[in-house]
Amino acid sequence: MVKNPSIDTSLLPADAATEPLLAVDNLHVEFTTRQGLVRAVNGVSYTVNAGESLAVLGESGSGKSVTAQAIMGILDMPPARIPKGEVRFRGTDLLKLSDQARSQIRGQRIAMIFQDALSALNPVFTVGWQISEMFRVHRGMGKRDAMKKAVELMDRVRIPAAKQRVNDYPHQFSGGMRQRIMIAMSIALDPEVLIADEPTTALDVTVQAQIMELLAELQRESNMGLILITHDLGVVADVADKIAVMYAGRIVENAPVHDLYKNPGHPYSKGLLDSIPRVDQKGQDLYAIKGLPPNLLDMPPGCAFHPRCPYRRDNCVTDVPPLYEISGTRGSACHYYREVLDGTVE
Amino acid sequence: MGRYVLRRLLQAIPVLLGTTFLIFAIVYALPGDPLQALAGEKRVDPVFAAAMREQFHLNEPLLVRYGYYLRDILSGDFGTTFRGLPVSTIFEGKFQVTFKLSMTALVFEAVIGVGLGFWAALRRGKWEDKAVLAFTLLLVSIPTLVSGFVLQLLLGVKLKLGTGIAFFPVAGVQDGLRSYLLPGFVLATVSIAYLTRLTRTSLMETLRADYVRTAVAKGMPKSRVLGRHALRNSLIPMVTYLGADLGTLMGGAVITETIFNLPGIGQQLFQSVYLQENPVVVGIVTVLVLIYIVANLVVDMLYAVLDPRIRYE
Ligand SMILES: Nc1ncnc2c1ncn2[C@@H]1O[C@H](COP(=O)(O)OP(=O)(O)OP(=O)(O)O)[C@@H](O)[C@H]1O
Ligand SMILES: [Mg+2]
Repeated sequence: MVKNPSIDTSLLPADAATEPLLAVDNLHVEFTTRQGLVRAVNGVSYTVNAGESLAVLGESGSGKSVTAQAIMGILDMPPARIPKGEVRFRGTDLLKLSDQARSQIRGQRIAMIFQDALSALNPVFTVGWQISEMFRVHRGMGKRDAMKKAVELMDRVRIPAAKQRVNDYPHQFSGGMRQRIMIAMSIALDPEVLIADEPTTALDVTVQAQIMELLAELQRESNMGLILITHDLGVVADVADKIAVMYAGRIVENAPVHDLYKNPGHPYSKGLLDSIPRVDQKGQDLYAIKGLPPNLLDMPPGCAFHPRCPYRRDNCVTDVPPLYEISGTRGSACHYYREVLDGTVE
Repeated sequence: MGRYVLRRLLQAIPVLLGTTFLIFAIVYALPGDPLQALAGEKRVDPVFAAAMREQFHLNEPLLVRYGYYLRDILSGDFGTTFRGLPVSTIFEGKFQVTFKLSMTALVFEAVIGVGLGFWAALRRGKWEDKAVLAFTLLLVSIPTLVSGFVLQLLLGVKLKLGTGIAFFPVAGVQDGLRSYLLPGFVLATVSIAYLTRLTRTSLMETLRADYVRTAVAKGMPKSRVLGRHALRNSLIPMVTYLGADLGTLMGGAVITETIFNLPGIGQQLFQSVYLQENPVVVGIVTVLVLIYIVANLVVDMLYAVLDPRIRYE
């Protein structure tokens, strides 16, 4: 099947073959607020290739969603500003494109799924209308054909009795089904990159697993690049190829998923891993990283994690650690990543 | 949908009973003797007075009198005045005038209020937004009495078209729709201000909603995001306001009607209250209440059209 016959080839420079599908490069995002400048994203870099899944992990407020919204170009500017950085899609910096060119990519070639499908779907239009809108607006399809496509998509995401339910409204579906509709809408035009921002947080555990499975399957079938934002390390292992761990608007570790699980290279990742409840440690106290994430308006000097870090030394308080390269596919923003890897604490 | 409509209709019945009873009770509790008011300074012949009291059931207890009144209204009979005129001939034509006036005002409100509010919301925090807010403050702070006379003088008398004819008629209803434009606008001023603010707030809130962000993320053009995805969701408060305002406008048209000398129901109501013509007052207010209830029913129906969650509740 030929994907997206309408692709504008001017967006494909010569080095498209060597460039990753999507590369976020040294991205900075800040918000002007009454309390002052909130630096929500401070130099985030990550890449996704076709067919690859990247899990972006981190506590609430670490800048995962803001990064995703910057990629999509759906930040409200102002109050948001992007003072530095690039978002390259097939080698083209999206941040430099005109609004017009950008909106040709948004939704069609890079799509996004949100956390709470109930509020993310429009309550006053039928789900069929909302899915078929993609075909009507972006492909100029007629109403009836677009509706047929909507039914096909609802079938594809395994909504039972799709044909009968296409004219129902979002509130008439269960949470899991609503998220499936959201997914159907996002994959409508065969996007090359799909960003899922905590797609399962609002759902109960059994449904969570089904949705993750569906996402993984759709990705396999269409060879999309998938960015999966979550703070649940548990769901990551089965789906993701690699992980980027964020803390206070930075990437503190990136690694292939199994490397990180086996042996985390940053004290924060290690803390996250240790705080997953495990069957073999039943009865023991659950580990929790002590302290709170920093206030973005008043960031600690040096490494942002130092106030909570068991590996802290003097220079952690003064020197911001760069992202040290551990191997070709791995990096850690900790001055003492070797000790973290070796597990020699104190 | 059918069940929803039926339920709303049934719910209107107790509202109708309650409000008409209240009006009835309040008007009859007013101090003063209606027969004496009718006679003015003259002494009332006690025999005649007794006969009148008998005819108009003035000696019966309140509830019984309410029963008579309700029976008459339901058969379309609004009773007769103490002077022997059927109440319905007194309102004849007058309700139409006030209704046309209020509808004109409502159209002004809807067009200007929603338009300005929308514009302000899209320009939130910019000078246009601030100008709109200042303008609404100005509108609410000028009494109708002032804006009415000033506009009448300016547009009806001072400023002339090339041919020497004034822009708008000064008074009366001889010129059809044109007669209603100026008074309609004057009547609408305060409501325009409220509706502008309501629209602004409502749209600003909707624009922050997740589903609007979804529409943007779907790559929908801005005009579609606003005109399809946001608009429909922000309409409910505005529709509610407009529906409720029809009643307020009709009941509150007396000043405007007086300034522009429109033979409407407001003037009649004022006169009848003054003369203690209770049957007329009750008749007028009852019709106003009916209009209010019908307007609210229409609003309820519109809700169901606008929001499927209400339709299927
Ligand atoms: N519109 C905004 N104005 C001001 N600050 C904002 C705005 N949007 C986000 N932020 C700030 O940016 C920071 C990062 O937010 P973000 O939503 O990216 O966190 P997150 O990692 O997605 O967290 P969560 O897991 O809770 O979704 C937060 O501290 C938040 O307060
Ligand atoms: Mg988030």
